Amino acid sequence: MGTPTPLESRLSRVKTPGEPIIVFERVFLAFGDNVILKDISFELRAGFTKIFLGASGAGKSTILKLILGLLKPQTGKIWVNGVRVDTLSESDMMKVRDDVGMVFQEGALFDSLSVRENVGYKLYEESDMDLNDVHRRVEEVLGWVELEEHIDKMPSQLSGGQRRRVAIARAMTFQPRILLYDEPTTGLDPITSITIDDEIVKLRDIEGVSSLVVTHQLRDAFWVAERMAVRGPDGKVQIVPASPEKLAQTEFVMLRDGLIAFEGTASELRANNDPYLQLFLS
Amino acid sequence: MQLFITGWAKKAFFEVQEYVKLCVALARAATSRPFYYRDVVEQLDAVGVGSLTVVLLTGGFTGAVLALQSGMTLDQFGARSVVGRLISASMIKELGPVLTALMVTGRVGSGIAAELGSMAVTDQLNALRALGTDPVRKLALPRVIAGVVMVPILTVISDFVGIVGAWITTVTQLRVASSVYWNSVVMGLYIQDIWMGLIKPVFLGFALVSIACFVGMRTTGGTQGVGRSTTQAVVAGSVAVLVLDFIITKLLISLLY
Repeated sequence: MGTPTPLESRLSRVKTPGEPIIVFERVFLAFGDNVILKDISFELRAGFTKIFLGASGAGKSTILKLILGLLKPQTGKIWVNGVRVDTLSESDMMKVRDDVGMVFQEGALFDSLSVRENVGYKLYEESDMDLNDVHRRVEEVLGWVELEEHIDKMPSQLSGGQRRRVAIARAMTFQPRILLYDEPTTGLDPITSITIDDEIVKLRDIEGVSSLVVTHQLRDAFWVAERMAVRGPDGKVQIVPASPEKLAQTEFVMLRDGLIAFEGTASELRANNDPYLQLFLS
Repeated sequence: MQLFITGWAKKAFFEVQEYVKLCVALARAATSRPFYYRDVVEQLDAVGVGSLTVVLLTGGFTGAVLALQSGMTLDQFGARSVVGRLISASMIKELGPVLTALMVTGRVGSGIAAELGSMAVTDQLNALRALGTDPVRKLALPRVIAGVVMVPILTVISDFVGIVGAWITTVTQLRVASSVYWNSVVMGLYIQDIWMGLIKPVFLGFALVSIACFVGMRTTGGTQGVGRSTTQAVVAGSVAVLVLDFIITKLLISLLY
């Protein structure tokens, strides 16, 4: 065993806030002649949020699939929770996924299962938890997203916004430390989108979840970056403008032509004079 | 032209390779934990009980029409009385297994491809994997087990109903005595025929369901892709049933007779 590199020693402290929980190092991915990601390197630190922006087909969702091991890169290295996942087998990847929740585009709820079964899926099917405890946890997370009264409905009976909130509940049921959001507000009206954004903010600030959000909805991206959740004196969670410290914990990443065109905070993004970024922001 | 043929051959080879990978994954899933018992029971019901009506109708009418046609041919030799011998051998060795498998391909294979295809295009398969569940264990294996168990059972039912259908036709249309028919049915059967009639559907059941799972789980291209997969599953499953039937028959003839 040689001396650990600076990155390796930081990865070994992965449970410490501020240390890297997801690391991409020179990742390249192509499907045939179609190059999706050319040379992607970034870090998501524990307790922080990264928001990926970019045009359709820029490779934003692909990054989430790489983190979950649903795709493998051709070259480059990926660490999740201190484990290198780009070389892991599917069965070993299952252990890594125990600490990563994902909210898919359109929710990807299981059509044949009720809201209760969808939300508790992992605990019902993949854990030895007592059934009463599972029921209690399902009710608790549905209460968190304010959908308790819909517990016995089927996904087809829910509205688009409710489906996304159930998907968020499903992703947080097993209390992962990392949550990945793939276009969580696409196709929703502005009011419903804000309820989803608030859930993302609450999970980050109250539950301490590290988040990676993929979106091309700028309004939602800035809402998540510039708001924070705090508990009021009555114990209720309130969404308020973010403190300077909290603002620094959310970074934007702009993907363009398979490369990172920009990486920085919300204010740095607004101040950037790059014509492409300006066009994107306009 | 050469480029087209090379491209086609490469694609075909890749598809076969991926199908073999699925079969290996199924074998591994069948011999290791976790095992989803409840899904297996659900699929046994969906494949077996759900296909019963279509199998009963197919078996019954095939037996009946076979008796009519055979009766006409046998009349030329004055051998109408041995119609039962022909019916039992044909139904048990060939028509029962193949027609049942084809009917199950049409009913179950298309359903599996559509269901798994919809799950694939709406990211539900990825969601399963993200939640720590292997889709091969959870979705494909229970369906394949149901196919391997239920297709032979449905075949036996189809054989029986076919022979009964032929009996009704023989007695009412061909005017052959009931006792003569049943005696002929028993006389025409050998134990090897029974084995052939039982072994074949096991392989046919595996092939048709695993092909439907394979096609369904690889669906891309939205709802149009689901439609395409459904058609592919039925066409590929039906052709596979007929080709496999020939290969297994050849093999069993050399082994059993």
